[in-house]
Amino acid sequence: MGETPQRSAHAGTGGNPVTEGHERPAGASARVAEAPLRTRTPDENGMGGGGALPRAKAFGAERAFRALALAAGTAVLVIIAAIAVFLIAKAVPALRANTENFWTYEGWSPNDSQPKFGIGTLAFGTVLTAALALLVAVPVALGIALYLSHYAPRRVGTTLGFLIDLLAAVPSVVFGLWGRDVFVNPVRDFSAWLNEYFGWIPLFGGDGPFGRSIMLGSLVLAIMVLPIITSLSREVFLQTPTMNEEAALALGATRWEMLRTAVLPYGKPGIIAAVMLGLGRALGETIALAMTLGITFGISFNLIQNGGNTIAANIANAFGEANANGRGALIASGLVLFAITLIVNITARAIIYRRREFTESAA
Amino acid sequence: MTTTLTSHRSRPPAQPSTLKAKRLPAYASPAIAVAALLVAAALVLGTGVGGPVLVVVVGALLYLAGLFAAATRVEGRRSARDRAWSALIHSAFVLAVLPLASVVWTLVSKGVERLDGNFFGTSMNNIGARDPQGGAYHAIVGTLQQVGIATLITVPLGILCAIYIVEYGRGRFAFTIRFFVDVMTGIPSIVSGLFILAFWVLIVSPVFNDGRPGFSGFAAALALAVLMLPTVVRSTEEMLRLVPAPLREGAYALGVAKWKTILRVVLPTALPGIVTGVMLAVARAAGETAPVLLVAGGGAAINFNPFENNQSSLALYVYQQAGDASKYAPARAWTAALTLVALVLILTIAAKLLARRNRLSR
Repeated sequence: MGETPQRSAHAGTGGNPVTEGHERPAGASARVAEAPLRTRTPDENGMGGGGALPRAKAFGAERAFRALALAAGTAVLVIIAAIAVFLIAKAVPALRANTENFWTYEGWSPNDSQPKFGIGTLAFGTVLTAALALLVAVPVALGIALYLSHYAPRRVGTTLGFLIDLLAAVPSVVFGLWGRDVFVNPVRDFSAWLNEYFGWIPLFGGDGPFGRSIMLGSLVLAIMVLPIITSLSREVFLQTPTMNEEAALALGATRWEMLRTAVLPYGKPGIIAAVMLGLGRALGETIALAMTLGITFGISFNLIQNGGNTIAANIANAFGEANANGRGALIASGLVLFAITLIVNITARAIIYRRREFTESAA
Repeated sequence: MTTTLTSHRSRPPAQPSTLKAKRLPAYASPAIAVAALLVAAALVLGTGVGGPVLVVVVGALLYLAGLFAAATRVEGRRSARDRAWSALIHSAFVLAVLPLASVVWTLVSKGVERLDGNFFGTSMNNIGARDPQGGAYHAIVGTLQQVGIATLITVPLGILCAIYIVEYGRGRFAFTIRFFVDVMTGIPSIVSGLFILAFWVLIVSPVFNDGRPGFSGFAAALALAVLMLPTVVRSTEEMLRLVPAPLREGAYALGVAKWKTILRVVLPTALPGIVTGVMLAVARAAGETAPVLLVAGGGAAINFNPFENNQSSLALYVYQQAGDASKYAPARAWTAALTLVALVLILTIAAKLLARRNRLSR
């Protein structure tokens, strides 16, 4: 199943060097990047061609280019480290000035002379909306992906797949605008209906007003991550070896049994990757939630009453009137968001890297 | 045992119809659907708990149950399960198409309202709450400049980084870089905005700016560059890996140095794929609101200088107009959203078409 080219570690590198100059023959190329190569000494980057080649210059174009590439590669690590360092540098003074507990206080007034702000409610709202969005989006997205890859006629599947890819590129502010102006009406009606008949469940309790609620926010979020999860998992489903599918069918499996025994197990790492990427996107989504949630501070599981807030939405909403300390407080909350998404991403990538079948397609 | 065997043998040669398992007749599925809808309508409207939407939902559930029951009776359990899942998968598709179609429809129908020359020719300078005019010229200028600068920063850096990972990197360090490029794709846009806010706007730029924080289009470009970098690196990396090894080996065999091989052979071969990746990254960056909101300042006037004073962007303009109390603001917001989506989609479609013509990735 692994698509990664597997070459033996010594195929390209030559077990026993014949001469000094031949130690690394031409074309020991990047595809054997995983192969444990011996660390090279500076004078053996000859490209084959015999021992008569001139020795590598100490400061040639080759070394300069190599150093440039190395610097660019290191820049990624530097940027990630710099994000953490600068956020911490700006967050610490605000956290020092905070007169309440940063983790538990329910409220956000960092601009006062006695700054009071807490991350608890925001972190709770972030996790709750993202989890609800995925709960809705993942089954539907997998359904669409299966439909496009295995049920729809080929031409329909390709066309619709292309459209879904396009929808994944639609900016979040557009979804936010749509959620605020259009989608809020059916959600408000639905909330009122839920409240009337299922009000005894605390999730749907309360007595209004309804509409700009956690439900609206997470549904908009679900609609936003839907195309991403769909297009990634559709790609994985299409990569299932035809032989596996045909073998299942030849053994008398129905179409669903074929999907369950051949397609889904093959695509599992890909599905995990797609879901994790969707989760990352949902956790960090800012503008759509800032436009759809009715910003409140307080931990509540009520899904349909106006309210709800997330770290990112709070940053977008509170930034306008923030003073120096307010900015520091927002940066502190961003640091928490950064930590959450970093953990989610590193976990996801670790899962994917362990199952190397899928390393190439999770863009 | 023998009796059953003989009974099997004594059966008349099977006609084609008995070879196949029993199937539900073709009319069964629509018949169950109609029945389910009727029952649902009677239930829902009779008790008065909901409207036509609930009828459809309850009808769909009843249809699923009815189909499953009928298929279990006639065709057996496995086949019934197959039918039920098939119905579920189809309904997932319908369920998702509805909101997405609504987004597209609203975008077009509300967006054309202000789609006129005035919108693309004027800014929001001196436009009060009672003025129906006002446009997005300044925002379009801002978007183009910010995304352009971000691309100028990201493309060389991203391509060099991918070259390091693919061509030079060995061992644990290259693996670490590759891993963190992947992790970086997941950094939320608002965090990148906060990073540039803390690093550039609040710490570095006051040095040139008499100690005042310098909100500017350039800061927004930096934030967008942080978001674009991992996308560019990943797509370039994938393309470089697709370049056939014999091409490199041929160049090495002719005695070409490695750096020259990369610049003259590997990169030109991978170029269409790299361009596709860059265009997709640009499309994503053009639609980002949060970082621009934090670091660009978002002015109402036209500002051609990205290094000084506030700038707006299309996405930020949509957000600002959506929050504006003026009754003319929503129309402006929707038209700007339509413009933004058109820009992003043109880039994306061009990138995908280019990718389709690419020999490497096919």
